[in-house]
Amino acid sequence: MSRPVDKYGKLGDAAFSRMEKVNADLFLLTYGSLVTQLLKDMEDAEAVNAQLDKMGYNIGLRLIDEFLAKSGVTACQDFRETAEVVAKVGLRMFLGVGAEVVMWNKEMTACSLVLAENPLAEYVELPANLVNKLWYSNLLCGVIRGCLEQLQLRVECRFEKDALQGDDQTMIRLELKEVLHEEYDDDD
Amino acid sequence: MAQQATVNVLIIVGKDDVPIYEADLSTEGIREDSPHLDQFVVHAALDLVDEMVWSTSSMFLRVVDKFNDFHVSAYCTAGHVRMMLLHKHRNEEAIRAFFAELHDLFIKAMLSPFQTPSAPIESPTFDAKVRAAGQRHFRA
Repeated sequence: MSRPVDKYGKLGDAAFSRMEKVNADLFLLTYGSLVTQLLKDMEDAEAVNAQLDKMGYNIGLRLIDEFLAKSGVTACQDFRETAEVVAKVGLRMFLGVGAEVVMWNKEMTACSLVLAENPLAEYVELPANLVNKLWYSNLLCGVIRGCLEQLQLRVECRFEKDALQGDDQTMIRLELKEVLHEEYDDDD
Repeated sequence: MAQQATVNVLIIVGKDDVPIYEADLSTEGIREDSPHLDQFVVHAALDLVDEMVWSTSSMFLRVVDKFNDFHVSAYCTAGHVRMMLLHKHRNEEAIRAFFAELHDLFIKAMLSPFQTPSAPIESPTFDAKVRAAGQRHFRA
């Protein structure tokens, strides 16, 4: 595995080309209505963030099956590889854009995913009262968390920067909390 | 010596006669008009737009009304959102180009999920872009 980036980039492109496509405008306007409806119902940006994360989590729990069936990735050796697969194959396959993995910590348990563009947030402009409160695309964090949890990796995932908030880029922080071990109970 | 101002006052009115956006794109200088008069003249022209709309298939309705030496040009989108411009000069091509660009900006602003179709546009980006477009097209 001399050039892992290249390998996953190609794998991601191949997986993306096999996926069924949906019109991008339809997708982002639907997501926009979802977020605004949540805002109307809950009135609190913090609660909407949590709700989006929860919805994403439930999507992630199921999405991982499709990912494993269609992407053709093999088992990862370490968390570093996992992050690469999430960024280059997972996001590319379902969102249409890949991400860069940057800013690893020393223990190699936390990194940031930089999204060059975020298809969910195109055309979106946050009103002033929601800036620095609402993480518009928080659903993505939930999806990643849900997927990895099915693979026995408990992670924490949150937005660190969002171009919608006026930051220079969109960045998701991904932290490995623990590797879960399956416990088998004796039947007696 | 202060120069005569080039008057360009823009308003956008929604389908249900709700004002959506207002901007004064005039250049600096001496003016004989007042904000009240501008608004009065433009609003008076709205009724004429509703008649003109059916007489042409184009969205740009050209000059729909005149008051003294003020002209009101209008542009009506497919969703019956009316964009009205009050001006004195007779540069129709510039106005046509400006409206085309404005329509584009307007659609982009409306695509934002936080924007409801008949609510005023409060986005500062939209405002900045409209003013920039105004300056580009109506530079004296």
